[in-house]
Amino acid sequence: MLIDLVTRRTVPVIGLGLLMVLLGAGRASAQFEFTGSWGPIGTEDVQNDSLPVDYLGLALTDEGRARALAYDESQKSMIDRQCQGWGAAYGVIGPFGLVASTQTDPATNRVVSYTIDSWEDWNGLTIWMDGRPRPSQYALHTQEGFTTGKWEGGALAARTTHLKVGGFIRKTGVPLSDQAIIDWRFYRHGDVMTVVMIASDPLYLVEPEIISKSFRLSPRPLDYRTPCVPGYEGREPGDDVPHFAPGQNPFADEFIQFYSLPKDAVLGYRETLYPEYRKKIRATYVPPPPCKEACGQAGNFVRRREN
Amino acid sequence: MKRRLAAAGLVIGLGASISAQPPPSARDSAPIDVTGYWVSYVTENWRYRMVTPAKGEYRRIPASPAALPLINAWDPAADEKAGNQCKSYGAAAIMNVPGRLHITWQDASTLRIDTDAGTQTRRLRFVATPPNAKPQPASWQGESSAQWTKTAGNEGGSSLRVVTTNMRAGYLRKNGVPYSEKATVTEHFDLAPLDGGGQLLLVNIVVDDPVYLNAPYVTSPHFKKEPDGSKWDPTPCSSTW
Repeated sequence: MLIDLVTRRTVPVIGLGLLMVLLGAGRASAQFEFTGSWGPIGTEDVQNDSLPVDYLGLALTDEGRARALAYDESQKSMIDRQCQGWGAAYGVIGPFGLVASTQTDPATNRVVSYTIDSWEDWNGLTIWMDGRPRPSQYALHTQEGFTTGKWEGGALAARTTHLKVGGFIRKTGVPLSDQAIIDWRFYRHGDVMTVVMIASDPLYLVEPEIISKSFRLSPRPLDYRTPCVPGYEGREPGDDVPHFAPGQNPFADEFIQFYSLPKDAVLGYRETLYPEYRKKIRATYVPPPPCKEACGQAGNFVRRREN
Repeated sequence: MKRRLAAAGLVIGLGASISAQPPPSARDSAPIDVTGYWVSYVTENWRYRMVTPAKGEYRRIPASPAALPLINAWDPAADEKAGNQCKSYGAAAIMNVPGRLHITWQDASTLRIDTDAGTQTRRLRFVATPPNAKPQPASWQGESSAQWTKTAGNEGGSSLRVVTTNMRAGYLRKNGVPYSEKATVTEHFDLAPLDGGGQLLLVNIVVDDPVYLNAPYVTSPHFKKEPDGSKWDPTPCSSTW
C-alpha cells in the first residue's frame, strides 16, 4: 500500500525531474566557455622556428626523415607556395594566440561549430559540433583538414582528418601525410586553456607527436587576420622546386653543433623520447659552452651563429 | 491525509539516512584515476629536459633581474659538494625531469607520487592542515594540498588540482635557473585517451615566484601510462647530469 502510494505520488515528480535534467544537459553541452581571445604564453619550446634540421622530440619513420632532410625552406619563396599556409598542426606550433568563436543555428540556437581564426600563414580550424558525418575518404583534402568535435570529460575533444598531401608538422619541413589524424583536447583551468595535439601518421611517424601548449585568456581582443600577399622573393615561375638531394642537406649538422646535441635526437629517432635515452648518453654527452648572447626569454627563436 | 504524512515521513527518513553518512574520502570520491605507472614522453622542451642546457641560458623562462646573477654563477660541483644535488628535482621542476612516476594512494586522503628520477616522493594531501599544526621545515617537495575540481559546468569533467608551497629553493632547469622558497606551484592533472587503449596524463604546471620570476612560468609535460613497474629504475639526484 505504501509502495503503491509512493509510486503514484512520486512518479510524476521524478518524471518532471528527469525532464529538467535532460533539458539542463542539453543547455550545458558546452562545458566551458571556449570562445574568446587566447594569448600565447610562450614559456614552452615547440620548435616553431628552429634551425632547418631540428627534429627533436619527434619519432620519425625513415621515409619521414628522408623527406624532412630533402626540404629546402626556399620552397616557401615560390610564388605559388607563399600563401599556402601551414597545416592544422601549426595552431599549436605557431607563435600566435587563438581567437575562437561560435557559430549557432539561428533556428535552434544550438552550436553548429567552433572556429579558430586563421593567421597570415595558417588556415584556421573549424570544429564541427553538430554531429555531421565525416566525408568520404575521397573527399577534398586541405591544409585545414576536416574536424569534428564533442565535449568529453570536461574537455573539448576533436579529431582532424582529410589533411592535404604535403602538409607539415614542423616548419622545418617535417612532413605530415594525407593519412594523418590529429586528435585535439582543449582543457580550461581558470584563465588558462591548454591545447593538446596528438598527431598520428602511418607514413611519417613511428609514434604520435604530442604537443601541449597553454594560452591565457586575453582581456583585449586579438586579431591576426593579416591577409597573405604573395610577392617576388627571388624565385621565378617555372623554376625547379628547391630541395636537397639525399645526403646533401648542408644544414644537417648545424643544430647538432650549435647545442652539442646527439645526432639521433636531432634526427628524430624514437628512442630519444624516453627517459632511458638520457641514461644512454650520459657518459658521452658534452655540454655546450656557456651561453653568451640571446640567452634569455626574449630569444624565442634559435639564434644562428654569425659566420 | 495519512497517506501524505506517510509519504513525507518516508522522504524525510531517506534524507536523514543519506545525510547521516560520512562524506566519502578523496580516494573513494576520485572522479578520475591517476594511479599507476607513467613514463615521460619528451616531445617538447627536449633540449631543456633531456640534456643539461648551456650555463647561462634561460630561454622561455621569464626570469627576473634578481635571477640573472644566480643563473650565471651556477656551479653544479659546488651544489654536489654542499649536498644540494636535488635542487633540480624539487616540486617546481620534478614533473619535467624525464623519468617514471608511480602514483598510489598512501591513505584515503593522500595521493603519493614517487619518481624514479631522483627518487623523490610527493604527498598530495586532500585534508587541510590544522591551523595550529606545527610548521614544517621547507623541503624539496614542499607541502601539497590537493582537491578534485570540476573543470567546468555541472556534468562530467574533473581534474586534480594541487597547490604546493613551503619548498626549498631550487632550480627550474638543470642548469641553475632558480626558484625561491617563496614560489608557489599550481598544477592540474588531466587524463586523455590514446589510440589503442592507451592513456595520457597531462600535468599543467604554473610556477609563480615573486623573487626570481617576472611572470608565471607555465609548462605542461605529459606521460604515457605503462602496464606495470617493470621499467622502474630509481636513480639518485645528480647536479651534474
